[in-house]
Amino acid sequence: MINEDDIRKIAALAMLEIEQDDIGKFTQQFGEILDYMKEIDNLDLSDQEAAFHITKMSNVFREDKTEKSLDNETALLNAPEGMEGAFKVPRVI
Amino acid sequence: MLYKETLHKLIELTDKKEVTPKEIYDSLLKRIKQKDGKINAYVSVFEEFAPNDKTGILRNIPITIKDNMHIKGKKTTCSSKILENYTAVFDATVIEKLKSEGGVFIGKTNLDEFAMGSSTETSYFGTTHNPWDLTKIPGGSSGGSAAAVASGEAICALGSDTGGSIRQPAALCGVVGLKPTYGRVSRYGLVAFASSLDQIGPITKDVEDAAILMNIISGKDPKDSTSADVAVDDFTKYLNTDISGMKIGVYDKVLQDCSSDVAKSMEESVDIFKRLGCELESVDLPNSKYAVSDYYIIAPAEASSNLERYDGVKYGFRADNYENLKDMYIKTRSQGFGTEVKRRIMLGTYVLSSGYYDAYYLKAQKLRGLIKQDFDKAFERFDVIIAPTTPTEAFGIGEKANNPLQMYLSDIFTIPASLAAIPAISIPNGISKNSLPLGLQIMANVFREDNIFKCASAFEKEFNIIKNLPLD
Repeated sequence: MINEDDIRKIAALAMLEIEQDDIGKFTQQFGEILDYMKEIDNLDLSDQEAAFHITKMSNVFREDKTEKSLDNETALLNAPEGMEGAFKVPRVI
Repeated sequence: MLYKETLHKLIELTDKKEVTPKEIYDSLLKRIKQKDGKINAYVSVFEEFAPNDKTGILRNIPITIKDNMHIKGKKTTCSSKILENYTAVFDATVIEKLKSEGGVFIGKTNLDEFAMGSSTETSYFGTTHNPWDLTKIPGGSSGGSAAAVASGEAICALGSDTGGSIRQPAALCGVVGLKPTYGRVSRYGLVAFASSLDQIGPITKDVEDAAILMNIISGKDPKDSTSADVAVDDFTKYLNTDISGMKIGVYDKVLQDCSSDVAKSMEESVDIFKRLGCELESVDLPNSKYAVSDYYIIAPAEASSNLERYDGVKYGFRADNYENLKDMYIKTRSQGFGTEVKRRIMLGTYVLSSGYYDAYYLKAQKLRGLIKQDFDKAFERFDVIIAPTTPTEAFGIGEKANNPLQMYLSDIFTIPASLAAIPAISIPNGISKNSLPLGLQIMANVFREDNIFKCASAFEKEFNIIKNLPLD
C-alpha cells in the first residue's frame, strides 16, 4: 500500500508539492485508484505486443525546408519575465 | 429567439436573407447575459461581433469553442490558474478551417482543468451547471460546450475528447457529440492532455450540424503528424438514408451496471433500430471491462509528460517568493495546478517510474492492443456497435468530487472507443424519471464515420428531444 512518504517522493519527481494538510486524503485516494488497477494483474499479456502506436502510423516526414515560425517578440509575449529577447529565469550559477 | 435554432436552419435563414449574422450574434449575446450567471458555461465571451469576409458555408454564424483550443489574440486558459492570462499567439488548425469557411466566434467555454475530469467541477473558474437541472453536473470535460449548446447559449460548439469528454457531457446535456476517429481532425493548437487519445469534435443540437462541422474540421494537417491522410468525405450525404439491413452489435453486457432508466432507454433504442430494419445481435468486448484501469494508466502517463512544459518560464503563471530555479518550478506548478491535475501528473509519474513501468505502463499498452483487437473482431461482423454513453443520468454537483475513483468510473462506456481510436457519437435516446437526458453511443470502425452518421441520422428521425431542450 502506498504511503505518505511515497507520495512525497512521487510529488518531488513531478516538481510538485502536496500540502501537509492534504497529504493524508491524497494518499488514501491515490491508494484506492492503484488498488482498483490491480484488476489487470491477473491478465496474461505475455504474448501480447504493446500497442504504443494504436493507429500503426510510422515515419511521418516532411520536406526539410525552413518555414516561418514564431518570431522572437511573439514567443516572449506570454513569458512571466523576459529580458533582451530572452526568457529570464532565477540565477542558476 | 434565433439562439434556439440549429446551424443548418440558420444557414438557410441567412441565405433567404431573413436574418443577418449580426442578429444571430446579438440574440446569442443576450441569451448568454440572461443565462450564464447561473449556468457558467463560458470562460470568456467576445462582446464585439467581428465579421469575417470569407465566404463559406458558415456565413458568419457564430461558433463556440472549448477553452483549450487557440484563437489568435484571445485567451486560452484550459480553465487553469496556470494559464489564466495566456493569450494565444496562433490559430489552431480547426479555428483556421472554421475561419476559412466564414466562421466567427462568440466565446470560449469552461472545462475541467486541462480537460481532466468528468463533471467540469475541477475548473479554476467554477463549476458549470447542467441547464436541465442546475444542481446537477453537465458532464465533462467539455461541460461548458455541452451546457451552452443545450441552453441556447451557443448555436454549436467544438469540444475535445480524450476518454469521453465530448460524448459524456453531450449525453448528460441532451445534445449530440461526436468524437471522430483518432487522426481525422488535426490537434494543432489544441492544448495537449494525452496525445495518443486527444481528438477534437463537434457538440451540436442535431446530427446534421455535426456533419456540417465535421466536413469543415476534418483532414490531414502537416502541422499534426498524427493526422491521417484519408480523403475527407461529405458527411452530409449519409444523412436521411435507408439503414435497413445494417448490422448492429449491441454491447448489452454492460446494462447490468446501468441505472434502470438507462437500461430501459437502451431497450427502446434497440426496438427503434429493429423497426428501421436493422439486424441486431449481442456483442461482447471482453477486455473493455478493464478500460478504466487501462486509461488511467496511459492518459496520466502522457499527461505527466505533456504538462512538464508548465514551468513558469515560457508562458503562464509564475509563483512569487522562490529561493532558486528548482523552488520556482515547484512553487509555480504547486500553486498553478489544481488537485486533480496534480493527481494525474503524479499517477503518470508513478506508472512511468523505474520499477513500476513494466507493471503498469507496459502492461497497459498491451491491454490497449487487446481492447482494440476485440473491436477489430466485432467490426468484421457489425457495421456499428451501440451502448449507453453513460451508466447513469447526470449526478449531483459535489456528489463525486471527493471520490476520484468513482468519478473515473463514470467514463466506463466512453473510454473503450478512445483507447481503440475509433469514432463514436452520443445522441439523445431518452429522458430519465428525474427529467434528465440520456445518451446512446454509436461506435464504428476507424474512419467509418459514414456508418455513424447513417445510423444516428435515422435514429434521430424516430426519436429526438430537441423540443425538450431547456431553451426557454
